[in-house]
Amino acid sequence: MAYALCFLLFMIGLYCAVVKKNMVKIAIGLAIMEYAVNLFLIMLGYRAGGIAPIIDKSYLDSAAGQVTTNFINTSVDPLPQALVLTSIVIGLGSLALMISVCIRIYQKYGTFDITEIRRLRG
Amino acid sequence: MSVPLPAFIAIPLVTAFLLPIFGNKGKSFATALANLAVISLLVLAICCIGRYDVYEVGKWSIPLGINLVLDGLSSLLLLAISVISTAAMLFSIRYMERYTAKAKFFSLFLLMVAGMNGLVLSGDIFNMFVFLEIASLASYALVGFGCEHEELEASFKYMVLGSIGSIFVLFGIALVYGNTGTLNMAYISKAIQDSGLNAGLAFALALFVTGFSLKAALVPFHAWLPDAHPSAPAPISAMLSGILIKTLGIYALMRVIFNVFGISISLGWLLVVLGLLSMVSGAFLAIGQWDFKRLLAYSSISQAGYCVLGIGLGGLIIARAGSNITTTELAWASLAFLGGLFHLVNHAVYKALLFLTSGSVEMATGTRQMKQMGGLAERMPVTRTTCTVASAAIVGIPPFSGFWSKLILVWAAIQAHYIWVAAIIVFVSLCTLIMYLKVQRYVFLGELPENLQEIKENRFSMLVPMVALACLCLLMGLLVLVPDLKQSILDPAVKVLTDGLAYSSSIIQK
Amino acid sequence: MKGMTVIVKTIASWVKVLIFLFGINIILFGHLTPGGGFAGGVILATSYVLLMLAFGREFVEKNLSLPAASRLDCLGAFLFALIAILGFVFGGVFFVNFLAKYGQPLKLFSAGIIPLSNIAIGLKVGASLFLVILTLSIFRPYESGRRQE
Repeated sequence: MAYALCFLLFMIGLYCAVVKKNMVKIAIGLAIMEYAVNLFLIMLGYRAGGIAPIIDKSYLDSAAGQVTTNFINTSVDPLPQALVLTSIVIGLGSLALMISVCIRIYQKYGTFDITEIRRLRG
Repeated sequence: MSVPLPAFIAIPLVTAFLLPIFGNKGKSFATALANLAVISLLVLAICCIGRYDVYEVGKWSIPLGINLVLDGLSSLLLLAISVISTAAMLFSIRYMERYTAKAKFFSLFLLMVAGMNGLVLSGDIFNMFVFLEIASLASYALVGFGCEHEELEASFKYMVLGSIGSIFVLFGIALVYGNTGTLNMAYISKAIQDSGLNAGLAFALALFVTGFSLKAALVPFHAWLPDAHPSAPAPISAMLSGILIKTLGIYALMRVIFNVFGISISLGWLLVVLGLLSMVSGAFLAIGQWDFKRLLAYSSISQAGYCVLGIGLGGLIIARAGSNITTTELAWASLAFLGGLFHLVNHAVYKALLFLTSGSVEMATGTRQMKQMGGLAERMPVTRTTCTVASAAIVGIPPFSGFWSKLILVWAAIQAHYIWVAAIIVFVSLCTLIMYLKVQRYVFLGELPENLQEIKENRFSMLVPMVALACLCLLMGLLVLVPDLKQSILDPAVKVLTDGLAYSSSIIQK
Repeated sequence: MKGMTVIVKTIASWVKVLIFLFGINIILFGHLTPGGGFAGGVILATSYVLLMLAFGREFVEKNLSLPAASRLDCLGAFLFALIAILGFVFGGVFFVNFLAKYGQPLKLFSAGIIPLSNIAIGLKVGASLFLVILTLSIFRPYESGRRQE
């Protein structure tokens, strides 16, 4: 069910990136798509009733002999969290580049509307 | 002596971060350092020919850690990347004098090379995505480098479509992780072989094909390429058209389809149809162009279609034969793969050379419109010769390398009983002949217009890479004719594709 | 870019130190608590952005100028590459955790190269985000063919 909502968010982002005419709205649509995929990736690691994948002193004391097996059996999956961290950084870089190109295009053409910045044809 | 594989990624990355420190004062030092980095990568790539290596980063063993895999396909592409990037870097020493931020240009260029090297070497699918993004972001910035009107517009269009492609790939990776529980390509392949394709994995495969075809500019997804490649500075166009669309698009498609998911009849037909569409529409759209670089960009779409067609044909032969494949069928499939891969490497060389000559022409005349040029043959003899060599190679005239790769593709198509495919290949070659005759007639022959009376040939440092690539065009035919070269460079790459799913078992045993 | 009112300026000059220290805490304890290099670097950049919003861009540019931030950025990346190469020199393979034997688990000085790489990444991310926002704020709207910088 939650996965279907992620997919809906992805579709909203795709609609926004394809249909809208304002350049900034296209950039925002792409950002929404990116965050929808990140959300999907995080939700893949979820385990109902699991703990956060952090080991601290109280955990070490309470689960004395079997830290590893307890950890594997009860924690949520930490690998998607690392993947999403990397993916957020990539999205940040991509969005920054896109916005700076939008600002430069506004300086050159005077408008944000993509139907008017069409000097390249063919 | 084994080459440590992360050196291919570490050398350009470290140099890319050293260069912005120099700023405007140390421009010549920055140039020398960047060229040194690229030439050392070329030397390392030549040392890696014919080796097989699996490198575990950080000494973490395979399902826990990331590994870098150097097999035949990776070494072939590493060689191609280093040759083209060396030529483009040497050309840009003189060409980039017109732009202001030269050290930043080299920094972005080296980041793009690092991204491509990492993509080709990676054995882990998320690592492949990260390097895909590094190379893509660097190329978005490089396309808009001059910050004129058209360059920014082209860069924005390229960025939007490229980002959509990357997000599709990330979604595919998320689905694959959700269904198999691992990210290492060998282990994913093993899990898919054990459990078969369910709905999630089939959707992930569709997303991968869409995302990588957007990066490779195959025909339904090619809308960004005719704007992005002409507007970029000439050495960047050479890199983009020559090697970036091949690595990010076609290599990634090959890796994911043949080694991870396994080829099937519908996938083989999909690749063949994509290849045919790209070939035909690229050729038709290119004939009507009057802008020199735009014609070359449409021609790139057409020739990328040849590579995908060859690979799709080989895959179709293997999938059609099923599990008991006879040796003759395996030989035909290997021939088709050989044609596709050899055409990929050939096209990298001569398309890079064509873009470099167009850059040289643009630098001398100041325009890209063919109607305003003419008669440059007597003033720019070296550029004219190299452009003629490259045009002859791309059309497929006998001693040049293009002839051999097209011959192999036609022969493989006939052997597999697809005569209509062979007929289409010959027809598109005729269209390619028409478009390059147009280039020769309007740019080099004819009369010199009055405003171009004082142009002269470009400087030595721009001519050296063009002449070197032209010699390669002539000599690369030897790669298939001389059996030693063929066995050490091309055959291991073909073997990776014909073995297909055996990739996973050879890595897991190591 | 002009600054804001006196109230905002006073509070910003008190709060910026807290934010900066919080960022350094997230970076340094990245191997024990959630966070790490990237999140801490973003918080470091945020403290500078707060200064930029409250006092105006010229004030912050005198403090940490564009070339200086660019050099910090390259230094961070270079440190990270250096840690990877030192792994190669000492351990034979890139990125080996060659300091894993020193220190006990759950203390600040433990887990080998991970806190060092967190510091390098935090420096790099902080400097580059600051650069991005500084560069984006230099641009002015298109005015009759002239571009102000």
